[in-house]
This record gives sequence, C-alpha cells and structure tokens, in this order.
Amino acid sequence: MIEAVDVTRTYDLEGVSVPALRGVSLNIAAGDYVAIIGPSGSGKSTLMHLLGALDRPSAGKLLIDGQDVSDKTAPEMAKLRNETIGFVFQAFHLLPRTTALDNVALPLVYRGIATRERRAKAQQTLERVGLGHRTGHRPNQMSGGEQQRVAIARALVTEPKVLLADEPTGNLDTKTGQAVLELLEELNRDGVALVIVTHDLEVASRATRKITMRDGEIVA
Amino acid sequence: MRMAEAWRVAMDALRANRMRSLLTMLGMVIGVAAVVVLVALGTGTKNTVEAQVEGLGSNLLIVVPGQVSLGAAPTVSRMDNSDLEAVVKIAGDRERVTANLASGEIVRAGNASTFTTINGVMETTPKVFLRDIKSGSYFTRTDVDTGRRVAVLGAKVARELFGERDAVGQQVTVAGVRFRVVGVFEPLGQSLGIDRDNEVHMPITTAQRLFGTGRVDAFAVKAPDRETIAALGDELIAELSRRHPDTEFSAVTQEQILGVLGDILGILTTVLAAIAGISLLVGGVGVSNIMLVSVRERTREIGLRKAVGARPRDIGIQFLLEAVLLTTVGGVVGIALGIGAAVLTSALTPVPSAVTAWSIALAFGVSAAVGIIFGVVPAQRAGRLDPVVALRSD
Ligand SMILES: Nc1ncnc2c1ncn2[C@@H]1O[C@H](COP(=O)(O)OP(=O)(O)OP(=O)(O)O)[C@@H](O)[C@H]1O
Ligand SMILES: [Mg+2]
Repeated sequence: MIEAVDVTRTYDLEGVSVPALRGVSLNIAAGDYVAIIGPSGSGKSTLMHLLGALDRPSAGKLLIDGQDVSDKTAPEMAKLRNETIGFVFQAFHLLPRTTALDNVALPLVYRGIATRERRAKAQQTLERVGLGHRTGHRPNQMSGGEQQRVAIARALVTEPKVLLADEPTGNLDTKTGQAVLELLEELNRDGVALVIVTHDLEVASRATRKITMRDGEIVA
Repeated sequence: MRMAEAWRVAMDALRANRMRSLLTMLGMVIGVAAVVVLVALGTGTKNTVEAQVEGLGSNLLIVVPGQVSLGAAPTVSRMDNSDLEAVVKIAGDRERVTANLASGEIVRAGNASTFTTINGVMETTPKVFLRDIKSGSYFTRTDVDTGRRVAVLGAKVARELFGERDAVGQQVTVAGVRFRVVGVFEPLGQSLGIDRDNEVHMPITTAQRLFGTGRVDAFAVKAPDRETIAALGDELIAELSRRHPDTEFSAVTQEQILGVLGDILGILTTVLAAIAGISLLVGGVGVSNIMLVSVRERTREIGLRKAVGARPRDIGIQFLLEAVLLTTVGGVVGIALGIGAAVLTSALTPVPSAVTAWSIALAFGVSAAVGIIFGVVPAQRAGRLDPVVALRSD
C-alpha cells in the first residue's frame, strides 16, 4: 500500500545540503504493524512525513496507495492525505478553543461532508476511542491521555488505510502512554495498518515488523 | 462546507483576539467614517447650494460693478436711479427688472429688536426672485414711486419682533424711522450658515431716502429665455460701461455662480478624500500587519489542517476571509459612525448633509476591497506554508 524504493531526502541548510534520509526502501502492506526505532536525528520523522504524503522525496520512488507522489500537485497531495492517511503526533496538535467533537470532525470538513453527517461520524469515532462522554470538552479541559485519544479519533474518522504515529506517547506518563498504545494496537487488530515511531523496545518487540534506523538509513 | 468552516474559523480568530481585532478595525472605522461624512457633507452642501441658486429664479442675470470671482474685493457702486431706467429700457419690460440697495440695520418693534439686512428693492422682486408671501402682500409700484414707508419682513424678523402674532399692520422702526408692515415672507430656511429669512424688504426709493443716498448697488434682470441671457448680459454691461466709463461691470448668471461654488466644493472634496484615502491606506497596512502576525501565530494550526487534508486554497481563503471580515466589520462600524457624525454635524452647525445610498455602498465596497488587497499576501503566505515546517514550528 505504501512502497518506498531507494528514497532520499536532503535538506538545504543555508547552501549546505543535509542528508536526512539516504536511500531507504520500505514496504507497508494493509494491516501491517511496523515499529520504527533509532537514535535522535536518525531520520524517523522525516521518513514518516514522506510515508504520509506531507513531504516529497528528493530522489527515489514513493508510491502511496498505488500513486506516485513525485508528480502530484499540492492539492492532490492534500487529497491523498485526507483519504489514505491518519496522523497521530507527539504534540497532539488539537485546535484550541475547539471541542473534541469538532476537532475529530475536522478532516471531514476538507472532504466536503455536511455538518450533521460530520458530527455523527465524529461522535461515533469518539465513542470508539472511549471518549463518548467528552465530546463537548475543549483541549484545555482534558488530560494529556484524553487529548491524544481525541487526536487518534481525528486520525481515524476518515477511515484511513494507515495510521502514522510519531512518538504518540512521548508527552504522556508511562501508564497513560500504555493505554494509548493499547488503543492503537486494538485499532490495528481491527484492520488499519499502523506505523509507529517509538523509543520503547518492548513496544517494538510487539510489532510484527521492527525497523531500526541510523544516520538516515535502515540498518535492521 | 469548506466555505462555512472558513467563516467559522475566521470569526473565531477575531473573537479570540478581541482587543487586537478592535484596534486593527479602528483604522478602517476612521477611514470609512471619514468617507461617509465627507460624501454626506459634500452632497448636502452641493444640494443646498444648487437649490438655492436655482431658487433665485431661472434665466437670471445679476449685474454688479467690479469683478465677480473668488477673492475679488467688492466695489462701491456709482449706479443710481437713472441707470435703472436704462436697464429697464434694455430689458424691455420693467416686470423683469429689480434693483437693490442693501444695508445692515437694527429693526425694532416695541421692546423687541433684531439685526437684519435691509433690502431696498422694486415691487417686481417677488416675480424676479420667485419669493412667496405668507401673509399680507408685497408693496406696489405706487409705494416705490412715492417712497412710502412700508416694509415686508422675512420670516425670522417677523418671529423675533412679533412672536406668533401676525406682523401685518404693525409698526417697526429702522434708524429712528417708522414703517408699516404690509407683508411677511414664506420661510426659506438656512443654508451655508446664512439665515435666509433674516431680511426686510422696502421700496428702494424709501431706502435711498433713509440712508441718505441715491445709490443702486446691483440690478437683477430676468431674460425671456436661456438663449438670450448672454447677449442681454453683454448689452447691459456695454450700456452701463458707457454711462460709467471708469467702472468695470460684471453680469453673473446662475451657471457661473454654480461653477464658482462647484470649484470651491471640488477642492474641499479632494482634500477630504485624500485624507480619507490615507486613513484607509493606513488601516489597510494595519490589517496586513496583523494578518501576518495571525499567520505566524497559527502556523502549527495551518500545518495540522494541511496534514488532515486542507488544500493551499482552503487555508488561503480562511485567512483572506479573516482579513475581509476585519475590514468590513470595521467598515460597517465606520458607516454607522459616519452617518451619526453627518447627522450630528448638520444638527449642530449650519453645514447641511445628505447621506446617500451609493456612498454607503461605496464605503462598504471599499472596506471589502481593502481587506482583499491587504489580506491577499498574508493569505497566500499561509496557503503556501510547507506542512512539515509548519508542524515543527513553535
Ligand atoms: N527542516 C530541516 N532543515 C534541515 N535539516 C533538517 C530539517 N528537518 C530535519 N532535519 C535534519 O534531518 C535529520 C533527521 O531528522 P528527523 O526529525 O527525521 O529525526 P528523528 O529521527 O525524528 O529524531 P527525533 O528522535 O529527535 O525526533 C536531523 O539531522 C535533522 O537535523
Ligand atoms: Mg522525530
């Protein structure tokens, strides 16, 4: 479903080119559970951004849902993200002053779905992550764990094929983090592919596939 | 759907930064209010002046010694009653001619008194200048020929001296001489700070005797039709110049008066429009500035929206709408304030105002345009943000 062949990503820092990814090849199939580990700066987030169509490779081939991203325009990339990908970030990235329900419904806005239908779908999805009783709460009225669950519901509301979670428990305490992970794994068992960046080796060992990165390359 | 979201987000952004939004709007409020007031006062003044000049009667020529132009000093007249006969002869009909000798005097009745303009004129004046009498009647040719001490009061003079009582048949005193009131004019109202009802008419012969002079200050002649005005004016000037070789004469038409007044109003309007324009420009730059701040503050939000599927356009429209909302809300407040200021100005000062629908539409259009023009750069910047960079920002 996502296929990366010899993908390179180079940043240009004031004339100096910084290679963040140097020739990464990777295949993610439907229903996969892939854990990515590696030291800081090894290119994990860079890879996630590419897999999620947020960014384009400097070289190499990247197919998302069978479509080559290299010749896609910005609006086409946006559509691809909206239809295929669900992101979960370390920093939650919920909209402030916006209820859990409307935060979850946001991706459907850009799909052009009517308010009523949007809210019904968001309500369902919030119930699925165990937050049916928090729909009217704003981010500053919720705990970190609850906020991350809202973010997961937002990633899920479009029924994506892949969930991309970049250190989703990085801002949570161990116990809350554990619960969030269990939720993600449960969703994966229900069929959505899960790619997770983590520092937790125990989590990595539970994944069906473990990828170790160093200096922009997959070393194991 | 996306449009509704853009609206909701733009409204929310303005509400979230209430103070900042208000201060940003202030520039627009002032600019738009200035436009509305300026147009209202300009239009009101123009309407009044035109009505007034046209109200003098059509095809009118006013002949005075000296030059009639902006800033020319008035010339003391050497014309007298013999010139009147010459003018009547050229005009061909006494009914179409009147003469004037004016002076400011105090007029008294009992204990009441008021300062007013005494106009010594001919019995033809109501016809030449289209003036209506409210009660009594105007004086007659016999009154002029025999220099009778009769007077016709302007509405204000009648009110000041006699209150609600009918002035006709009463006595008034000017410069120690008693006059019998034979008529009172219909009120004309105020314009350009001049109370047009503050005057007293009397036969010109009576006025000449009262002021101890044989002088005539000016003639007014009504031409039979538009086409003959110019020729008639030339003829009158030629004849008067022949009779008074060392005096220059001018014949002024309504069009010329309107032209001079139009020039003054035009200059005034241009100056005020420039001030209003600068104010709108400053307001627009303020909007642009605040929008750039808003884009920077919400970079992460932009990144997130893009991550979940917002296109560059969706983000751009959201910010453009925020800018337009800022300027149009400011514009609406400015319009309200401008109307209020215009109404207040004409209530408290003699300057007339007329708020027109097109000026309000213009002001609203201009505020929306300022929002679009000054919002487009920040909106484009927001729309083009790289989502990865935006999400990483703090
Ligand atoms: N916008 C950028 N400009 C220049 N260099 C960048 C940029 N973004 C990332 N890099 C560099 O690319 C490399 C990989 O960064 P990346 O964020 O992918 O690492 P990471 O494995 O996610 O690290 P961490 O575990 O700390 O999140 C780093 O050396 C980083 O400095
Ligand atoms: Mg990272």
